[in-house]
Amino acid sequence: MATLHSNVPSGPLATKWENHKFNSKLINPANKRKYRIIVVGAGLTGASAAATLAELGYEVQNFVFHDSPRRAHSVAAQGGINAAKNYQNDGDSVHRLFYDTIKGGDFRSREANVHRLAEVSVQIIDQCAAQGVPFAREYGGLLDNRSFGGAQVSRTFYARGQTGQQLLLGAYSALSRNVANGGVKLHTHSEMLDLVVVDGQAKGIVVRNLQTGELTRHAADAVVLATGGYGNVFNLSTYARGANTTAIWRAYRRGACFGNPCFTQIHPTCIPVSGDYQSKLTLMSESLRNDGRIWAPAKVGDKRAPGDIPESDRDYFLERMYGAFGNLAPRDVASRAAKTVCDEGRGVGATGLGVYLDFAESIKRLGDEKIRERYGNLFAMYHEITAEDAYKAPMRIYPAVHYTMGGLWVDYNLMSNLPGLFVLGEANFSDHGANRLGASALMQGLSDGYFVLPTTISNYLATQAPSKRPPVSHAVFSDVETDVRNRVQRYIDGKGKRTPGSYHKELGKIMWEYCGMARNRTGLEKALGLLGNLREEYRQNLHVSGEAAEWNQSLESAGRVEDFIELGELMCRDALEREESCGGHFREEFQYTKDDPEVRNGLVNPGDVKRDDGRFAHVAAWEFAGSDRPPILNREELKYEEVKMSTRSYK
Amino acid sequence: MKVQLKVWRQKNRNSPGKFVIYDSPDLNPNMSFLEMLDVVNESLASKSEEPIAFDHDCREGICGTCSLVIDGKPHGPHKGVATCQTYMRSFKEGDQIVIEPFRAKAFPLIKDLVVDRKAFDRIQQKGGFISVRTGSAPDANSIPVPKDNADLAMDAAQCIGCGACVAACKNASAMLFVSAKVSHLGLLPQGQPERHRRVKAMVDQMDEEGFGACTVTGACEAVCPKSISLDFIARMNRDYLVALAKGDAKKPAAGGA
Repeated sequence: MATLHSNVPSGPLATKWENHKFNSKLINPANKRKYRIIVVGAGLTGASAAATLAELGYEVQNFVFHDSPRRAHSVAAQGGINAAKNYQNDGDSVHRLFYDTIKGGDFRSREANVHRLAEVSVQIIDQCAAQGVPFAREYGGLLDNRSFGGAQVSRTFYARGQTGQQLLLGAYSALSRNVANGGVKLHTHSEMLDLVVVDGQAKGIVVRNLQTGELTRHAADAVVLATGGYGNVFNLSTYARGANTTAIWRAYRRGACFGNPCFTQIHPTCIPVSGDYQSKLTLMSESLRNDGRIWAPAKVGDKRAPGDIPESDRDYFLERMYGAFGNLAPRDVASRAAKTVCDEGRGVGATGLGVYLDFAESIKRLGDEKIRERYGNLFAMYHEITAEDAYKAPMRIYPAVHYTMGGLWVDYNLMSNLPGLFVLGEANFSDHGANRLGASALMQGLSDGYFVLPTTISNYLATQAPSKRPPVSHAVFSDVETDVRNRVQRYIDGKGKRTPGSYHKELGKIMWEYCGMARNRTGLEKALGLLGNLREEYRQNLHVSGEAAEWNQSLESAGRVEDFIELGELMCRDALEREESCGGHFREEFQYTKDDPEVRNGLVNPGDVKRDDGRFAHVAAWEFAGSDRPPILNREELKYEEVKMSTRSYK
Repeated sequence: MKVQLKVWRQKNRNSPGKFVIYDSPDLNPNMSFLEMLDVVNESLASKSEEPIAFDHDCREGICGTCSLVIDGKPHGPHKGVATCQTYMRSFKEGDQIVIEPFRAKAFPLIKDLVVDRKAFDRIQQKGGFISVRTGSAPDANSIPVPKDNADLAMDAAQCIGCGACVAACKNASAMLFVSAKVSHLGLLPQGQPERHRRVKAMVDQMDEEGFGACTVTGACEAVCPKSISLDFIARMNRDYLVALAKGDAKKPAAGGA
């Protein structure tokens, strides 16, 4: 069994981070340059961490599989970033952002981490504005805000519909500056394929150069993974095609625990699937729900064009079901409501898997121009994909996989149970519980990278003598490299019939069917059987084109898809084990019914998720026990010191 | 629908390349151009032929990874979109579509349609930033920025760094790319202290990388997936002239504690 110490500092919630900063160990400037830190990934989190660590004086090695750090999928975040600035004077505060986030996560995140996130949020906006991020502004020159789901205040900062891009370019500029001055050595087109653990501590990685196929070993005093989420296990998602789980999955296989793997976010407003060839689903930002109203025909089988359906025959179901938050209900709630409507046969579009997001009323109230200024690029994107004009007819939307709240388990210092291995951003499990609120991913990524890790990493480094890391000639390095080399060769030698892509599609269908928006015991057990077979077949019948020592996208996919299949099994296992519903994890067996007092009191609707705090107020941290043995379940109990776990109500 | 592809195949930068013709399998007009290539690649792999290497990632027009010159035009037939946002409904049954990589001396070829665009990163590293250490920033609202300037800066900052401007230019000039970054930062009050140092350093690196000179034909603006305006080149030229006129900053007298 792994030992899991959350290392949450003592003292009142509001002063934990301040005290922890003071109590954290310091490393003198002359010694800092003797520590080498590997950072894998250069999205918001990786780039901000690499740049900041270099500014502090550490020697940083940054590895990215893209051709440039600016390509990371943080770039695609559209809507915005939350911060408790209270510039709108609408009653926001650090405590309110903290409470909204922990409630949004359905009380399954670690209290102290979430409070720290809310505290740090204000510094992030300052940092980014100083870097030249062109946030939206009012005529007075001050920053503008908008609202996002799960909140009743306006605390979201944005740069048109490209907030992620602009924040990423900010972090990339900081990284570039530190590359130029020698603080960071950048390795692009370099994919981490395994973690090197020496005497129980993470001390390096093995990397494949995607241009040449060359494998190299890299040693460091600490390894930081900022490699993003694993939603592509579903094949179809809003993720970039290259996004994968390999870095964190390989770390899991080397001993790092995987926290809450089944916690997946399904985003309510994406463009519906159009055909089997599809490679990608496109998000329509949550910000659209500020001005768009979601509805479906009130009657089953109403096939009239949306404009021909009179108000009396429309069901604005979010407004009806969740009056207080209406169209700005949190993502898990809005997604499930859309699914319910479609399951009832009221879905729209050719497949019947869609609902309307309608701007007619806002356009009437504000005019075309105002809507164009706010969302022009999103309307244009919708038009490119569907060839429909959302200024004239409502958009059609349906939920799609968008984010994973689960990830490698980390303590308050963001260190995994493997000493020396730090995990940041979407790759860790810590801050969003069972559901992430909109505009909080960018906040967490930059909080971890700019402010948290650079402070907490010294607590580990101070226990390591400077310049004493093992050399790459160490036997463990050569063993790991041999493992990787054999694995690559096994793919190349495969003489089967099916491509990695075809397996990825099959995996995605299994996961979406049985471990998607609604899960139950029978389905999850069935999925585990199917995935076991798929894993076996993958080893027998895989076909990979090309050679190992060259640019080979088929080979890249081969490794990533095999890791996804194994991860899929772990997700189903976790979903099966968690016999409750919470946030994005909806087990059909555990939902409110009309006889529950909470429903009769008007707190929730029948069909809403029903938690079981008695049995499941914990983080499920899975530990690898070997390829032929089931993983071990460790639990970190979630102890709330200041917040009371209550029924999440958005009515 | 079916189309015929005439695709540039080249094993690596040291091998000669050539066009190869493929007949596509049956396609759906709602497929994206890259999904069409996925389908073609699956059919090549099933015949044990090597798939066509092409760069792609986000597939929603923002990461700048996808490239391709389609029928002679970087990012294909439509204005203001990237290759990944181009759909097969823009082509007709039986069309022959010519697909080439972005060609420029500063973008060496890696394989087939994939080129190396690291030159852009090296230009950014020379000055595409505002030097602000983490933690040293003042309150975000302490420096008001006129909305018009912020909006114009955002117009420039939208650049996705794909390199289509270079591929479209007869001289393979990177002026539109560099001017977008220079203008984005130069338009903001936060960017003023380093404004002239920045433009000089970035332009010098651009020349160093082997990008060609600008003759303002506007081909770059026409193919830019974010429709970045040629005006930014004029803005950068002004800044560059001022930077030249100012000359290199004098070294301060040696100090000491």
